[in-house]
Amino acid sequence: MKLAASVQQVTKEYVLDGETVRALRGVTLEVPEGDYVAVMGASGSGKSTLLNLLGCLDRPTSGKLLLGEDDVSQLSDDRLSEIRASRIGFIFQSYNLIPQLTVLENIQVPLYYQGRLTARERDRCHELAGMVGLADRLKHRPTQLSGGQQQRVAIARSLVNDPYFILADEPTGNLDSVTTEEILGLLDALNEAGKTIIMVTHEDDVGARAKRIIRLRDGNVLSDARQQQKRKAVIRH
Amino acid sequence: MLLFLRTWQLGIKSLLLHPLRSLLTVLGIFIGVASVIWLLAIGEGISRKAQEQIEGLGANNVIVRSIKPPSEVTEGMRGPVPYGITRRDFEAITETVPTISRALPIRELRRRFSYSTRMVDGRLVGCTPEYAEVTKLEVARGRFLSDADVRDKQNHCVLASGTAERLFPFEDPVGRSIHIEEAYYVIVGVMKPRNPTAGIGGSLAAQDFANDVYIPISTLWSRIGDFIVTRRSGSFEGEIVELSQVTLRVDEVKNVLETSELIKQTLASRHRIEDWGITVPLELLEQARTTRLMFIIFMGLIAAISLVVGGIGIMNIMLATVTERTREIGIRRALGAKRRDIIRQFLVETVALSVVGGATGVLVGLTCRPVTGWVRYLVERLLPDVIEQLPEVIKTVEPSVVPWSIPLAFFISVTIGVVFGLYPAMRAAAMDPIEALRHE
Repeated sequence: MKLAASVQQVTKEYVLDGETVRALRGVTLEVPEGDYVAVMGASGSGKSTLLNLLGCLDRPTSGKLLLGEDDVSQLSDDRLSEIRASRIGFIFQSYNLIPQLTVLENIQVPLYYQGRLTARERDRCHELAGMVGLADRLKHRPTQLSGGQQQRVAIARSLVNDPYFILADEPTGNLDSVTTEEILGLLDALNEAGKTIIMVTHEDDVGARAKRIIRLRDGNVLSDARQQQKRKAVIRH
Repeated sequence: MLLFLRTWQLGIKSLLLHPLRSLLTVLGIFIGVASVIWLLAIGEGISRKAQEQIEGLGANNVIVRSIKPPSEVTEGMRGPVPYGITRRDFEAITETVPTISRALPIRELRRRFSYSTRMVDGRLVGCTPEYAEVTKLEVARGRFLSDADVRDKQNHCVLASGTAERLFPFEDPVGRSIHIEEAYYVIVGVMKPRNPTAGIGGSLAAQDFANDVYIPISTLWSRIGDFIVTRRSGSFEGEIVELSQVTLRVDEVKNVLETSELIKQTLASRHRIEDWGITVPLELLEQARTTRLMFIIFMGLIAAISLVVGGIGIMNIMLATVTERTREIGIRRALGAKRRDIIRQFLVETVALSVVGGATGVLVGLTCRPVTGWVRYLVERLLPDVIEQLPEVIKTVEPSVVPWSIPLAFFISVTIGVVFGLYPAMRAAAMDPIEALRHE
C-alpha cells in the first residue's frame, strides 16, 4: 500500500526562554493512503509539533519526513510553501477563513498560490462548495456564516488542491455537539471516498471516529492502535 | 495576468475594508504630490517674470556705462574731473572687437525743456537712430532721428510721450521748436508711451522713458559739449563725460560672453580707475537661471519633506495593518503563500494607496493656475489693504505648471509607496507561520 506520509525517527527541539524544549524525541509512524488517524495526547505531548511538521510549517531537527515520495525534512522555505499549496489540506479549530474574501474566493486561495486559477479549477471550486452544502452561499463572507458553515468552507478549501492528506487540528473544538456531528460525518464521508485524514484532537469521542488512534506522551509515541470501524457514513449533498 | 489582476483586486478590497484609514493615508501623499506641482509652478511663474524683464534688455546686448568714481579716488585732482567712456574708447571697441554688429553711443543729461511758458525737467538723450529699436520705443507721430540728422548735426529732436504731453497739451508738437540750453530744436517726432524697464543688479538704473527728449548725439557733442556743471549745495562741480552709455549688439548669442570679456579687457587697459561698468543681460539671464534652479531645489526640498511625511504615514498604517492581519498572514502562509507572495500583497496595497494619492495630487496640481486666480480675487475683495502691501511679483505672478513635474511627482509617489511599504511587507513576510496562526 502506498504511503501518504512516513515519519522516521523524527525529533524536534526548540529553544524557549533559553531552555531547550524537546518536543519530539524520535517519533516513527506511517500513514497509508486512505487512512483516518487521530493523534491524541495531553497538551505538551508533542501533537501540535507533529502536526506542524506534517503540515510542512516547520522542519524536523533530525529524522526523515516523507510526504508521498518526497522527502520534505530539509526543504527550503519556498519549497515547503509550494508543497503546502499543492499537497496539504488544512482544517483548523478556528476555521481560519480570510475575512475579506467570499466563500468561493476562500476556497480558491491554495490554487491562487499555486498560480493555476484556470476556468476548470474554478468549476471545481463550485463543485466542492456544493459538496459541503454551501452552493447557495458562494458570495457570502465568513462573518455571515455560522461556525459549522465556516468549517465546511474550510473543508472544501482543504480539498481543492487534491492533497496527500487532510490535516485537521481540533476541527470540532469550537462547535456544538450537533454541528460536531455534521462535520465529523463529512470527514467520515471523505475518508470513505478515499481521502487520507490526520486529525489532532484531545476529545476521546471525536478520536473514536478515526480508524486508528495514535497517543503521544512527552514527545514519544505511547500507543498506536487500529480500531473497529463502527458505522458507515453517508455522503451529504 | 489573471493572478496579477487578482492580487490588485485583493489589495484594493483590503483597503476598502477601512475606507477612512485608507483615505487619511492617501491624503498624506496627495498633499505631498500636489505641493510638489504647486510649488514648482509658482517658482516657475516667478522666475519667468524675472526672465522676461531681463530679456527686455536684449540677450544679444552688452551695455557699458560710465560710472562716476568715488570721491576718494578723485580727491586731490583740481578742476573738473574727466571720467567714463570716451569717444576713443568707443572707437577702440568697435574697431577691435569683430563680433560687434552694432554699437549705440548714448549721452544723457538732466536738462530743462521749455516751450513758450511751459517747462519740463527731464532727460536729454544724445543718441543715434538705432536707439529707438534697441530700447523698443515706438514712434507715435512723425519719425525718430535719422542717420542724416546725426551726420549733419541737425538741431532736430524727438519727444517722449510724457514730455510731449506736458509741453504741448493742446497742440501737435511736430514741426514746432523747443528751447534747450540756449538753442532751439525742431521737433520731428513723438514716441509712444513705454513702461519703465527694470533696474537690475544696481548696475543699471531703472529707466523711465516718460520725460525724455532725444537729439542726435553729434548735435549734443557740438552744442552742449562734454563739460557739464552741476550745482550742489552752494558750490559748483564740473564733470567731463563723453559718453554715458554704449549699448553694443553682438552678432550671435553664443559670442556674447567672450565679447563682453574682450570689452572688459579693452576698457581695463585704457582706464586707470574703475570709472566704467559693464552689464551683460545674458549674464543676468544666467544668474536668473541659477536663482531659478536654487528656487526649484528649495521648493523641491519643502515638497520632499511633505512627501516623506506622507510616506511615514503610509508606513505607520501598514505596520499597524500587518500586526492587525497577523492571523491572515499565517493562514495565507499555511495555504501555500511564499514569503514573496506576502511581500507582494502588502506592497500592492501601499502602491495602490500612493498611486491614488499621486493621481489625485496631479489632478489638483493642474488646477494651480485657476486656484491662484480665485485666491487672489478673494483676497483682493476681502482684504484690499493686505494686497496693497504685497510685492509686485506676488500680485501679478501667473503660476505655470512645469510639465516634467507631473511625471516626477507621480514617480516619486509610487517610489514612496514601494520604499515605505517594503519594511512593513518584509516584516509581514518574516513572520513564522505557526506563530502567526496562533495570533489572536
